[in-house]
Amino acid sequence: MTDDKNPLVQVRNLKKYFPIYGGAIIQRHIGDVKAVDDVSFDIFEGETLGLVGETGSGKTTVGRTLLRLYEPTGGEVFFDDVDLVNLNESELRKMRKRMQMIFQDPYASLNPRMTVGSIISAPLDVHKVVNRKEKHERVQELLQLVGLNSEFVNRYPHEFSGGQRQRIGIARALAVNPDLVICDEPISSLDVSIQAQVVNLLEQLQDQMGLTYLFIAHDLSMVRHISDRMAVMYLGKIFEVADRDGIYLRPVHPYTQALMSAVPIPDPDIAMDRKRILLEGDIPSPTNPPIGCNFSTRCHYAKDVCHAQEPEFREVKSEHFVACHFAEDFL
Amino acid sequence: MEDYLLEIKDLQTRFYTDEGIVNAVNGVSYGMEEGEILGVVGESGCGKSVHALSIMRLIPDPPGKIESGELYFYGRDLLDLSDNEMRDLRGEQIAMVFQDPMTSLNPVYTVGDQIMEALKIHLGMDNKQAGNRAAELLSLVGIPDAKQRVKDYPHQFSGGMRQRAMIAMALSCDPKLLIADEPTTALDVTIQAQIVDLVKRLQENLGMAVMWITHDLGIIAEIAHNVNVMYAGYIVERGSVRDIFKRTRHPYTIGLLGSLPRLDEAPGTKLASIPGLPPDLIALPPGCPFAARCTYAIDKCKEEMPQLEQTDGSDHIVACWRWEEIEEGISP
Repeated sequence: MTDDKNPLVQVRNLKKYFPIYGGAIIQRHIGDVKAVDDVSFDIFEGETLGLVGETGSGKTTVGRTLLRLYEPTGGEVFFDDVDLVNLNESELRKMRKRMQMIFQDPYASLNPRMTVGSIISAPLDVHKVVNRKEKHERVQELLQLVGLNSEFVNRYPHEFSGGQRQRIGIARALAVNPDLVICDEPISSLDVSIQAQVVNLLEQLQDQMGLTYLFIAHDLSMVRHISDRMAVMYLGKIFEVADRDGIYLRPVHPYTQALMSAVPIPDPDIAMDRKRILLEGDIPSPTNPPIGCNFSTRCHYAKDVCHAQEPEFREVKSEHFVACHFAEDFL
Repeated sequence: MEDYLLEIKDLQTRFYTDEGIVNAVNGVSYGMEEGEILGVVGESGCGKSVHALSIMRLIPDPPGKIESGELYFYGRDLLDLSDNEMRDLRGEQIAMVFQDPMTSLNPVYTVGDQIMEALKIHLGMDNKQAGNRAAELLSLVGIPDAKQRVKDYPHQFSGGMRQRAMIAMALSCDPKLLIADEPTTALDVTIQAQIVDLVKRLQENLGMAVMWITHDLGIIAEIAHNVNVMYAGYIVERGSVRDIFKRTRHPYTIGLLGSLPRLDEAPGTKLASIPGLPPDLIALPPGCPFAARCTYAIDKCKEEMPQLEQTDGSDHIVACWRWEEIEEGISP
């Protein structure tokens, strides 16, 4: 799918810091949560880029900053060669029509007081893409597209199960025919058998409509299934970007290696004699990340240079990018 | 009868709600041996947690009620015990670890105090003994600097550390059976791997039995000796971990395994999802509860509930009218 290699999104040195204020009477700026700290990557047209990382690694913030739902602290985001960071409100709104989002929690992301029809048609109204008659038809069409009965238009979200709600969220995201859909943990709150339904639907829609996905999740085996390429985040940094097998079968970065070895494999024969790399301790606080490499505090291979100097994010073999001082040794 | 640590016979638990009677557990029977790790898998609402809470007699009554069944623990029926006897047993003989380590700990007591509580009540330790033991337990579950950390409050612990503290608490009285209800669901994979490793190690060293309840078949493959697959309050398949993964007989288990991406799949492979939704536990269909979603279903399945039957003469049992045909390899 990445044959033509046309980057739809180019992210360069993106930063998002959330300021922390303190002080009893006078509020002073005393620090920052470095949620996203200098990340760069591309998303190619028609591909699925899986963005994985643990809680607090900043993957959701990347997704939201990319759409400028959060204002970036620094860096650039090019969408189809337009720099999103410097657009004004109305220009941005026009661009947003081409980028939509599917959220994690299908319960919180649908307004309980709106009917399914008005939820799905909200983006159509905002972007004024259709007239009233067309709107009705479009909603019916979208419901069918995501595998829901088109008679459901006048129902409310509470009448649907989690999987069905997620389908409504998908229909809403697709209403304005976007190019890019950011899927932020779209299946995490669903049961296993329902997850597979939603993933199959997302794949089918991608084929039909030529969508590009940024698929954010922590379920690594599902991300591997859906992704063409994967990016691994840790504490605000991207540590490794490569095609899915490069990440899953031949990971280079010590963190990716540990992460992949922690993925449970549903096969007792493999699970029994598999070697695990167990990480010790927890992910450090993003307000006060370690000096040098962010992973140096938990890395089994860490040497002096890792505690002193930040590794460069570089291409260590074709289309395989790693941020580790010793990446070449792990090849 | 074999000597079971825990033997459950025909357990039925219902909830009487305004909407109707919820048939949460519908006649579950099985035995667990000492030192066994039993995996209980199923999706939300399949009765896996309710059946565990029934064993602990922690079902809120009303609306819940254990309608019938026998729960033998060391030959004594837990349902015949008085509330006081049950309270003595809980924590001391059978301990439980819950899913959400954030809400299961009391935020206004230190972690040490909460571990010490069980030690003082069940083992009659004084403050000093209990304090020392609490620190020992915390270091046993891999919390560094345990002597200092016992004085911390839960908010000073990360999610993984809180779950470790919960496990320390559960282990405090050296229980014979540890029930872990989705203990790693709220945690990241690397932390999950730490916890799975910890429980496995503790089980080997302390020889306790563990019931691990989860929806994640990957963890089951790694940790369990035997597996119960539950659906709509029934055990639909039960066997050794290899039986369940390698000689899968029930269409629901086949579907669950098919829903998971495989390591060796070719790019572009579609997942074999299970169509439809689990049934409403208030209005269960008369036949097999899985029939409406089952690609193998025939008319008989919709009319009559199949009983658990032994397959290939082993302990591998399955509740399906067509398991023999499925074994022979018919396609749906």
